[in-house]
Amino acid sequence: MLQRRDFALAGAAFLAGPALAQFRIEISGVGATQLPIAVARFRDEEKSAQGISAIVRADLERSGVFRGIDNTVVLDETARPVMSDWRARAADALVGGSVARLADGRFDVRFKLWDVVKGVELGGQSNAVEAADLRLAAHRIADTIYEKLTAEKGVFSTRIAYVTRGGGRYTLRVADADGEGGQVALNSSESIISPAWSPDGRELAYVSFESQKAVVYSQEVASGKRRVLANFRGSNSAPAWSPDGQTLAVTLSREGGSQIYLLNRNGDNLRRLTNSPAIDTEPVFAPDGRSVYFVSDRGGAPQIYRTPLTGGSVERITFASSYNISPAISPDGRTMAYISRLGNEFRLHTLDLTASAQPVALTDTSDDESPSFAPNGRLIIYATRAQGRDVLVTTTLDGKIKARLISTTADVREPVWGPYGR
Amino acid sequence: MTAPRLALITLALFGALAGCSSTKLDADVPVESRTPANSLTNAGNAGNAGAGSNASSSGTAQSAVTPVDLTKTAPVAMTSLPRVVYFDFDSYIVKDEFRPTVESYAKALAADRNKRLAIEGHTDDRGGREYNLALGQKRAEAVAKSLALLGAKDTQVDAVSFGKERPAVQGSDEAAWAKNRRAELTAR
Repeated sequence: MLQRRDFALAGAAFLAGPALAQFRIEISGVGATQLPIAVARFRDEEKSAQGISAIVRADLERSGVFRGIDNTVVLDETARPVMSDWRARAADALVGGSVARLADGRFDVRFKLWDVVKGVELGGQSNAVEAADLRLAAHRIADTIYEKLTAEKGVFSTRIAYVTRGGGRYTLRVADADGEGGQVALNSSESIISPAWSPDGRELAYVSFESQKAVVYSQEVASGKRRVLANFRGSNSAPAWSPDGQTLAVTLSREGGSQIYLLNRNGDNLRRLTNSPAIDTEPVFAPDGRSVYFVSDRGGAPQIYRTPLTGGSVERITFASSYNISPAISPDGRTMAYISRLGNEFRLHTLDLTASAQPVALTDTSDDESPSFAPNGRLIIYATRAQGRDVLVTTTLDGKIKARLISTTADVREPVWGPYGR
Repeated sequence: MTAPRLALITLALFGALAGCSSTKLDADVPVESRTPANSLTNAGNAGNAGAGSNASSSGTAQSAVTPVDLTKTAPVAMTSLPRVVYFDFDSYIVKDEFRPTVESYAKALAADRNKRLAIEGHTDDRGGREYNLALGQKRAEAVAKSLALLGAKDTQVDAVSFGKERPAVQGSDEAAWAKNRRAELTAR
């Protein structure tokens, strides 16, 4: 790790619960080509409970595409910044803005983006939001900046889900993509694992042990309404949504052994997908919806395979290492992230699915779990252990820029990145 | 323990002491229920055969001993059996040392078809949660299969898994892992 930058914003403490008292994002590593950007303090941002500019800067840095330039300047969207000053600070781009409280209690959040090198405005926005959506407003600004400067869609205003364990409780939370602003979706005294977003972002399927066995539920995030998706004899687990949201793949042991089944989103029309005397589990749909990647120990040790949905031959995907699990497929279908064991180390890897390439290790940690792609395919979130606790980390696909999310004394695990929109 | 069972064990013990148990009786043969005091008296008589009174009632030899084999009689209540079967690393084989435990459960289930048994498979904390859930399921089903082979009905046994979600002990060394690779059996 060549570089480490810490942000600590006491302001976030007003809205966050005691377990998530401080917005603290640790970013480490240096990317090959990073665009230097200065995010000035927004005028009057201290009047809201969120440090808007710090959220924007942390978002941009977490992407690996940007390098923030330290500054203490306050700059609003009407300013006429002296470009030579910012060029002298080695900034290629500059962001300023303001936060104003409206008569109806909402906040008007504005920003402007400048190209420092060319000395021109690249645009801006005004967004009136409820106090509870101030972080969202900041993430949207980061998305707009990211899109203007990279011509790709940003993922900062998307959501993630994860499970915390602390004080004898398991809690499924939905949070901003930076892990902050977490809201409780489900609280249980029993374990919750394998959350999975529906493609429209409205539901979370997950495995709950609340009835003293593994049962698959699906829950509407906004209403909290939930339903049983699979509660057959034995264990029910590993839910995965098809890209069109109409079908789920699950692992069931109803016929003995863990095998993969498909069912409709309402729980009907159960049909068996895999047929082996071995363990088949952790299904995940290819983005085209035509095949399912899964883990099987049919060859004697867990490896990742792919089977067409229409029937046909099962193809083995991983070969290196004797333990490859937890596949996640990038939105373009070209890259697989997964966990591979090397000796006693469980590490996040990627594999290029378009060529007969070698796996690439993205970390040097030893307890990585549960990778999940951002919807633009540029970041992976995963769980690992640090200082004796389960923590969440995002990484760029080259493994060079990592950000540890969420400062809490609880264990944080089972991250899954939601789709665009909320 | 109930008084009649105490009496049975007492009898069995004295049978062994007298060294006369050679035939095995059907479990159905009624066994005379005696108070411990009576048993003692009788045993004392047997031990002193020929030295005291010769007044035996006709048809009953004074030195007769009725053997009782507890391994062939009614099964022990499931709740008094060991609750945990441990497994080797990456293994689903029910080890020989746990065979008697599994056999006792099978007997109890065969003797009373209304009885049910929950088997929870568990793993150590290495590796993925879902794969470990499947591994724990495999362990639970291995125990269930052994029970079925020994006479338990499929419908009497529920095999589920908690994977690595419920470790018996915390820790990341072999001692902790060995205690966590297990199947827990609970009468329902």
